[in-house]
Amino acid sequence: MKIAITSKGETLDSEVDPRFGRAGHILIVDTETLRYEVLDNSTNVNAFKGAGIQAASMISEKGVEILMTGYCGPNAFKTLEVAGIKVVNDVSGSVRSAVEQMQGKNVRFADGANADGHW
Amino acid sequence: MIISIASGKGGTGKTTVATNLASAIDEEVQLLDCDVEEPNAHLFLNPDIRDRETFFVPVPEIDKAKCTYCKKCAEICRFNAIAVFNQTIMTFPELCHSCGGCMAVCPENAVFETGREVGVVERGETGSIDFTHGRLRVGEAMSPPLIHKVRSFIRKDILNIIDAPPGTSCPVISAMKGVDFVLLVTEPTPFGLHDLKLAVEAVKKLGLPRGLVINRSDIGDQQVESYARAENLSILMEIPFDRRIAEVYSRGELIVNEMPEWKGKFLELYQNITEMAG
Repeated sequence: MKIAITSKGETLDSEVDPRFGRAGHILIVDTETLRYEVLDNSTNVNAFKGAGIQAASMISEKGVEILMTGYCGPNAFKTLEVAGIKVVNDVSGSVRSAVEQMQGKNVRFADGANADGHW
Repeated sequence: MIISIASGKGGTGKTTVATNLASAIDEEVQLLDCDVEEPNAHLFLNPDIRDRETFFVPVPEIDKAKCTYCKKCAEICRFNAIAVFNQTIMTFPELCHSCGGCMAVCPENAVFETGREVGVVERGETGSIDFTHGRLRVGEAMSPPLIHKVRSFIRKDILNIIDAPPGTSCPVISAMKGVDFVLLVTEPTPFGLHDLKLAVEAVKKLGLPRGLVINRSDIGDQQVESYARAENLSILMEIPFDRRIAEVYSRGELIVNEMPEWKGKFLELYQNITEMAG
């Protein structure tokens, strides 16, 4: 299964970036093989608005089923919902530990945004 | 003529100056309250509201039968108001700035215009004052389109006084651009001065004649005065921190009506503005 994890760096040992839309990088990780692809999210980091919407579109096109991040705003959540991507919020620590949580099915899926929108 | 009353810092007395200036002048004037996020000039003028018009901004809607998910609309949108992924397209009307770019670039003519209600314009009158204001719907983030709508009621044949919103960002620029004179209202405090400087820079960029009113002029310090001197910004009126003025204001009344000596001062202010605006 492919999952997306927001990350401050480009490896599995990088720290999870608490922001979704404006995360530095997003790692697309295969939970079986631990192979991963690094998405550069710098365009969205500098977006005026709607960073989460575009980040959600981007990971949807990568065929991701689950997103693990710190905070997810209302527009991002709405987009992810339409894309059929489940969200795990309040994730911290390393990307690797997030993957391990997912492998151990030790996660709780969010039923809504856990951050306010920005203007 | 159009005079815009702005401040930078909020709560310095823009509305006090705008409503009293409008009331002091005996000829027909129009007051346009462009502080559409929290209009309050009506509380002092009590106009008879005769017209009420709902205001809509154009936003895109997608004809999904025509859309090929080519992403051109999403790519041109600087505000990320359209998302396209995996044969899905979503619009976020509250992020849209109504530029029409998505409609212009769509090769399939799949993007069409629809309206989103963002507020209301109300018009009325009181004595010799023609009154227009906008009320932005609570929760809306973008006021400039409604401010432009309020300004569309400017009458070329008479004096128009715009009560601008506070700050120095887009809403204020919308309320100042293209006017004949900007009257800045500040208070002699470090906060007042800090925001006044930002406002003066904005007015300079717009290349508009300007003058200053110092409200509560006998509190705070002398820094606003020294700044005005250095900037060659004329101080056209000083309003003291007077308990009677505060009481009149708190009752929702006008200084020029309750303290008649102020009528002459506001008329003199108008005279000076007329000369400076040229």
